Amino acid sequence: MTINGRQVSAEVEPRTLLVHFIRENQRLTGTHIGCETSYCGACTVLVDGQTTKSCTMFAVQAEGTSIMTIEGLADGETLHPVQEGFWERHGLQCGYCTPGMIISAVGLLDQNPSPTEDEIRHGIEGNLCRCTGYHNIVKAIEYAAAKMRGEEPAPPDWEHEEVSA
Amino acid sequence: MTTTTSVLGGSVRRREDPALIRGTGRYVDDLSLSGMLHVAFVRSPYAHATLTSIDASQARAMDGVHAVFTADDVRQLGPLLAQVPVGKLRPLLADGVVKHVGEAVAMVVAESRYLAQDAAEAVFVDYDPLPAVVNPTDAVGDGAKVHDDLASNILITWEGGPWGNEEGVAATKQAIADAKKRDDVVVVSQEMVNQRLIPTAIEPRSVVAEWNGGYGRFDVWSSTQIPHAVAGAIAKTFGIASNGVHLVAPEVGGGFGAKLNVYNDEILVCFASRELGRPVKFTETRRESPHSTIQGRGWVATATITGTRDGEVLGYELHGVCDMGAYTQNFTVAIPFLGVFVGSGQYKFPTHMKLDCVTTHTMTTDAYRGAGRPEAIYYLERILDNYAAAIGMDPADVRRMNYIPAEDFPAAVAPIGFAIDTGEYVKNLDAALSHFGWSDLLAEREAARQEGRHLGIGLTSYVEVCGFGPSGLADLGFSWTEYGLPSAFNGSGLVRVNPDASVTVIIGTGPSGQGHETTWAQLVSRQLGIPVERIRVAHGDTAESPMGVGTFGSRSAAVDGAATHQAALEVREKAARVAAHLLEASPDDIVFADGGAHVAGSPDKSVGWDEVAKLAYQPHLLPEGMAGGLEAHSIFSPANATWPFGTHIAVVEVDTETGEVDLLRYLAMDDCGNVINPMIVDGQIHGGLAQGIGQALFEDAVYDDDGNLLTGSLVDYPLPTASDLPSFELARTVTPTDINPLGVKGIGEAGTIGSAQTIVNAVVDALRPFGVTHIDMPLRPRRVWQAIKDAKNGSEG
Repeated sequence: MTINGRQVSAEVEPRTLLVHFIRENQRLTGTHIGCETSYCGACTVLVDGQTTKSCTMFAVQAEGTSIMTIEGLADGETLHPVQEGFWERHGLQCGYCTPGMIISAVGLLDQNPSPTEDEIRHGIEGNLCRCTGYHNIVKAIEYAAAKMRGEEPAPPDWEHEEVSA
Repeated sequence: MTTTTSVLGGSVRRREDPALIRGTGRYVDDLSLSGMLHVAFVRSPYAHATLTSIDASQARAMDGVHAVFTADDVRQLGPLLAQVPVGKLRPLLADGVVKHVGEAVAMVVAESRYLAQDAAEAVFVDYDPLPAVVNPTDAVGDGAKVHDDLASNILITWEGGPWGNEEGVAATKQAIADAKKRDDVVVVSQEMVNQRLIPTAIEPRSVVAEWNGGYGRFDVWSSTQIPHAVAGAIAKTFGIASNGVHLVAPEVGGGFGAKLNVYNDEILVCFASRELGRPVKFTETRRESPHSTIQGRGWVATATITGTRDGEVLGYELHGVCDMGAYTQNFTVAIPFLGVFVGSGQYKFPTHMKLDCVTTHTMTTDAYRGAGRPEAIYYLERILDNYAAAIGMDPADVRRMNYIPAEDFPAAVAPIGFAIDTGEYVKNLDAALSHFGWSDLLAEREAARQEGRHLGIGLTSYVEVCGFGPSGLADLGFSWTEYGLPSAFNGSGLVRVNPDASVTVIIGTGPSGQGHETTWAQLVSRQLGIPVERIRVAHGDTAESPMGVGTFGSRSAAVDGAATHQAALEVREKAARVAAHLLEASPDDIVFADGGAHVAGSPDKSVGWDEVAKLAYQPHLLPEGMAGGLEAHSIFSPANATWPFGTHIAVVEVDTETGEVDLLRYLAMDDCGNVINPMIVDGQIHGGLAQGIGQALFEDAVYDDDGNLLTGSLVDYPLPTASDLPSFELARTVTPTDINPLGVKGIGEAGTIGSAQTIVNAVVDALRPFGVTHIDMPLRPRRVWQAIKDAKNGSEG
């Protein structure tokens, strides 16, 4: 298989999960493990362009595929627009769900370049975040979508007024 | 109007994000040391049983298995230390008896995590089951005793108020009893469950330990909120000096109180490493996490309001039980006491609370976001709504009538007995009503009802206590003495301008997503005029961090932030003397701006920070008597905790055919005093709201009668997903505290404390036309549907 464009091969136990292969064999620790039951999405990677929860796939099943992890997303110093959106719109706090969430968002925008808020919310419902309440993750993905369409992103919403009654 | 005085920093992008969005942030489980071994635990399938035998021979014989440890191996280390050791301390491994499902019975250490789990399944344990008591209300009744050597299942009873004043308590009880006899009052009462929750940080806990006998030192990496406390507990357990434990908390993937604890696995990996001479790692699986990491909440209590028909509350009572689980850990019994702190909320009416902390055959409970305060505010604000409905009064008006008035501040003494720093409750309520359009919301609700749609609006107030806190809390039993850190509730910060004029800030608290690296850089930048990009904030390493207790209780900015602010001022004062020497001016005339120092009124007489910093490290060039270096360490001990407050409003629509609740809007007017980084503050509120809403609508740690956890996976324990929540609408009032020089109060928990009851109030509001007055959380469709059905049957019957 290739991971982030690099050809890799190794002998592993048949039961080795893809996420363990990526993290422990390949030492690409940006892909995280949150539940090992495909529910939280922290382990999401792209397998042949499809968002895939790497904790519910065996490494051997991925033979011959092309895998993209969070480490392969930026173009050198240049961040992917989704990464930029997460930074610009405070789309992360502890950062643990973030790689999986970013990869899911990349997959979402690949299929739907102009998602509504509702479509974004449904598009990432397979990825759990316990820190952000998703508010700024949605804003981050909206930012990225606008950027990728060549449009100016909407301004942030945290400079709201201090109210005096 | 946006004022500049109340925003101390601005919404700058976070310093911590570049690593995290590229996948190069380092969490504990990412660590791999040469020769590292892996741990799996054998855990009890029974809630209460005698351990008759443990046969680990087959597991020990497996290739690659290095050891299987049981209680016989670790008994001499004693139980797991706890900060407030009221109740039964947890044995490191079950010793002759198990007291909850999932209790660790044996520890397997092997070459890989796969092999360790295989071997754990080859350890054969014989259990002789015993009767279990699972429900806290049974524990105070006829249920089985959890610990034979304790007098009863009630570990301690918290009673107030005023708290700590027996005569005052008696007078309060009498006043409320007298009020109930009046014929112009209504008494509204409701038993309510504030259910158990599983905190569920997305990063499972992980710990790596390596004993280095040559240095006589444990090197430990742990996903903890409290590095110094864990290091202290390890040192005490092994009888070594605290500086013999070097503990690092790297990136921590969410904490929410669950990582505000010392865990038996943290002690046991140290033990295993010392025994085996290899580094040892344990990472909990999601499946075992509800049994290996503390849970939260778990109260059953009855709230009662006695008040006049025109809205004057004459007394409030909250009586109930709080589930502590089987063993006491860090703060366990102290959590309900935090609820007592805010038991009378923002109100002036006499309040009597009596909470029994009871032990059951379940996993330990301890701090979960809000920790006692969401529970207390839940009961108060739920029953106030039922009272308002009973007398036909607007819920906002009932609250306004009973607030502690603004003129009582600062240091208004709440009826429960504690002094509140600052508060302007009417200002905040009125701001919420006008900003969010209260009367429009009510009109929308009526219009919807005309169309046959079941819209409900919930409005609540909250006050929280946070920013812990005064060293004097040690006198109430809150300190870290058990971990060798007496009275370390103060905060600390070290600011060092390096010779190249970059700045290193080292703090005694460490984040788990709260953005300390950014916020602290802003605080220091504000004083020194050195850009945020040149300031690096270090934390979480006990070898370099100044003494401090960690990040919890919404305390970091108000305590450690204030300490860092003081340290920055000290550095600025020293730098002014150095600059004055260079500019041949008086230190009093030196102003720092634009990357350097200049003489006030003479911007051309200036010198860059690089010159100042360089000179500071060459003592032979400094004036006679001036020491070299440019750094300061400061400790801050506040005179009180801080008390944020706010008004929250939820708009829901209930599908009465299915019982489904749709959260349409959530509006929050919070007041956390001054704000350093509005972006980060809003983010904290968002996350807090999601957890409170999660409790209200989805989450529930359910045990069956035998003590089996029925909701131990993320399939059965649904966290809110993106599609369950709306975008939140936030605004703020600003009432600075006078407790610290920054005027900041803390915002980590406010969203959670303010939200669960707001949702339930909204749903009950939607269903009042059916006669529904209460539904216990979580408000899942079946429960809501059943409540409507029961209410209809009740009215027909």
